[in-house]
Amino acid sequence: MDLAPYLLLAGLEGLVQASVLMLTALGLSLVFGVMRVVNVAHGEFYMLGALIAWACGAYIPGPPVLGFVAGLLVAPLAVGALAWAADRAVLQKIGYNPEGTIVSTIGMLYILQQGALLTFGPDARAVDAPFYYTIRTPWFGYSSYKLFTVAVAILLVAGLWLLMRKSKVGLLMRATQFDRETALNFGIPVGKVYSAVFAIGAMMAAVAGVLVVPNQQAHYLMGTDPLLLSFVVVIVGGLGSIPGTIAAAVLIGLSDGLLSVFFSPTLAKIVSTLLVALVLIFRPEGLFTVKGRRA
Amino acid sequence: MSKEFFGGRGVTRRRLLQGITSGGAVLAAPGLIRGAQAQAGDAIRLGAPFHRTGIGASYGRWYERTAMAALKVINDQGGINGLPVEIIVEDDGTDPKRGVEVMEKFAAEYKVDAVFGHLFSHVVAATAPRAGELKMPYFLCSEAHTLASGAFNRYCFQPSITDVKSQVSSMAPWIASNLGKKVTLIYPDFNFGYDHRDNMTAAIQAQGGQVVADIAIPPTETSFTRYMPRIPFNTDVIYHVMVGPAVLTFVKELGEHLGSKRPEIFGFIDSLEAVDMDIPQLEFLEGTYFWEAMPRYAQADQSAADRDFRAAVGVDGNGASLSDPKDVATYAHMFSVWETLFAIKQAMEMADYRGPGQKIAMMEAMESIAGFREGTEFPQGDKLFNGKTHQAFGHQNISQVTDGRLEVVHRTSIEDTLYPDECDYTQMSF
Repeated sequence: MDLAPYLLLAGLEGLVQASVLMLTALGLSLVFGVMRVVNVAHGEFYMLGALIAWACGAYIPGPPVLGFVAGLLVAPLAVGALAWAADRAVLQKIGYNPEGTIVSTIGMLYILQQGALLTFGPDARAVDAPFYYTIRTPWFGYSSYKLFTVAVAILLVAGLWLLMRKSKVGLLMRATQFDRETALNFGIPVGKVYSAVFAIGAMMAAVAGVLVVPNQQAHYLMGTDPLLLSFVVVIVGGLGSIPGTIAAAVLIGLSDGLLSVFFSPTLAKIVSTLLVALVLIFRPEGLFTVKGRRA
Repeated sequence: MSKEFFGGRGVTRRRLLQGITSGGAVLAAPGLIRGAQAQAGDAIRLGAPFHRTGIGASYGRWYERTAMAALKVINDQGGINGLPVEIIVEDDGTDPKRGVEVMEKFAAEYKVDAVFGHLFSHVVAATAPRAGELKMPYFLCSEAHTLASGAFNRYCFQPSITDVKSQVSSMAPWIASNLGKKVTLIYPDFNFGYDHRDNMTAAIQAQGGQVVADIAIPPTETSFTRYMPRIPFNTDVIYHVMVGPAVLTFVKELGEHLGSKRPEIFGFIDSLEAVDMDIPQLEFLEGTYFWEAMPRYAQADQSAADRDFRAAVGVDGNGASLSDPKDVATYAHMFSVWETLFAIKQAMEMADYRGPGQKIAMMEAMESIAGFREGTEFPQGDKLFNGKTHQAFGHQNISQVTDGRLEVVHRTSIEDTLYPDECDYTQMSF
């Protein structure tokens, strides 16, 4: 293949990767930024989103588009409710103790993963894309649905940004993130804010799962890879920084796409891990964070 | 119990958790009880470490169904040497470490007479040495060439399914003369895949062809488009074999990438095992070829043995479950479980086997078997069995996708699959 089409394909793949990463990593980053909780179970919320999307597609009759739209609504709501309950039932009870939250979210990871295995079974579940059209270039074909996921991801991120910047809820979240004690003194219901943030974080992952499942397949073990990549993005972008996370997702997604098309996907993973190590050594606050200010 | 835990008034978080924990213990208990009841001499017990979960789950599900169907036939015929046969299934999670642990459990806790039914080659590679150490007869339903290459031990047998070396060397001449000589290989990045790479490269070179690119893909990969540009434009034939939960995605993305100007495609049915072919994204497969050990779709010249086998396991003429047409079988592999059970039965009958004390006599009987005849017990077809390499050799099928069905266009002879012995397990001690 010539260089130009090769670059085009690599760029497209990177863009799709970046947009899904942006959603999962933003959820993780939001939870860490506001709550200081490292949510190891984040990938499982993504997996649940995908499985719920499969269930909607399989049990709602009619064209695939109906099941897809239902999944896009049901999955985040159900996963958000679950995350809300998990925050109330577990994280709140242990007082958001940093070590405790890591251990308990590892526990959640196993409970969710094995719960999915018991409920949905061990098989990979294929989901029909809401529409099926292959864009033909002279050199290769490309799924139009993949480009659609990029557009939806950008819309959702814009929505999250508006929520954080322009709404009262966003103001409360930012206040809590900035200084928990002062927020409490001003009468902000920090407990509720925490639960809401944990739920929104999980919902971002769930939506990413819904978007990705027509490209891949829903499977109870699918949460691991996105979790690792999200951690990479969040560390590179600066923990808790939304613009940093977005920039890092694009950087990691595109470099992953380019490297894995031109060389090998394994090399792409090595490079992104190396980047994390370098960032942790030389700029532990993240590549895109201005010192002393977050989000 | 239910009254105490769910009686309404006193449900606290702690009590709920206690309830869940004890519920889990109750669920786990049958395994313990069953283990404690095992006693030598009253029945023949076979350990079945199936891939119920993990990346081999679809194979595991069908291996288990097939094993249970064969077990019913055997017990209806009066068992083996008058003893009833029991199969104890354990999930190995398609995980090598767990595979070894399950083998140890079969040996120490259940004290089974033999273990059978492992498929994924990385699990087999880890478990086989332990089987030898535990002196446990271990019957593989795998395909890797590792056993016949001499890397395992005298306790390991593969009496039904042929190994990759046989499959590849018997089909390479057909591929080279009918499809083309410039081949791109796409295979999973672990030892089963390397068997394909090494044997296919050698076999196609022997035909005067060449491998123009080889693309290894990790079996846990979920996205494949990024690998596709490495298929060179001068490729005559794409040779693909993929495993794992994402095989459907792989084939779909291959189709998306190639479009209508595709080269010839020759796949191992592994890339489509347990996958329903009747979806629009797979229409590009029309006219392409697949290897099948046993044809998924009932052929016009279907044998009586194939018809009986389908009925016993519960599979229709399209290779799907009788109760759910979307639940497609791993038809090209699962016959090996059925046939392996009947091979074990034959060896045990030859040795008049009554309990674990006669394991060596049973294995020596197995080594003396020269082959099996096609019939209800061996529905895939006639087989030669090599007692020295512990490996069976059988017919292979090449099928073409025609109107969305796989139709057999070529069936190799058993002689095509033979190669010189690479080891002699009978020279090893037990």
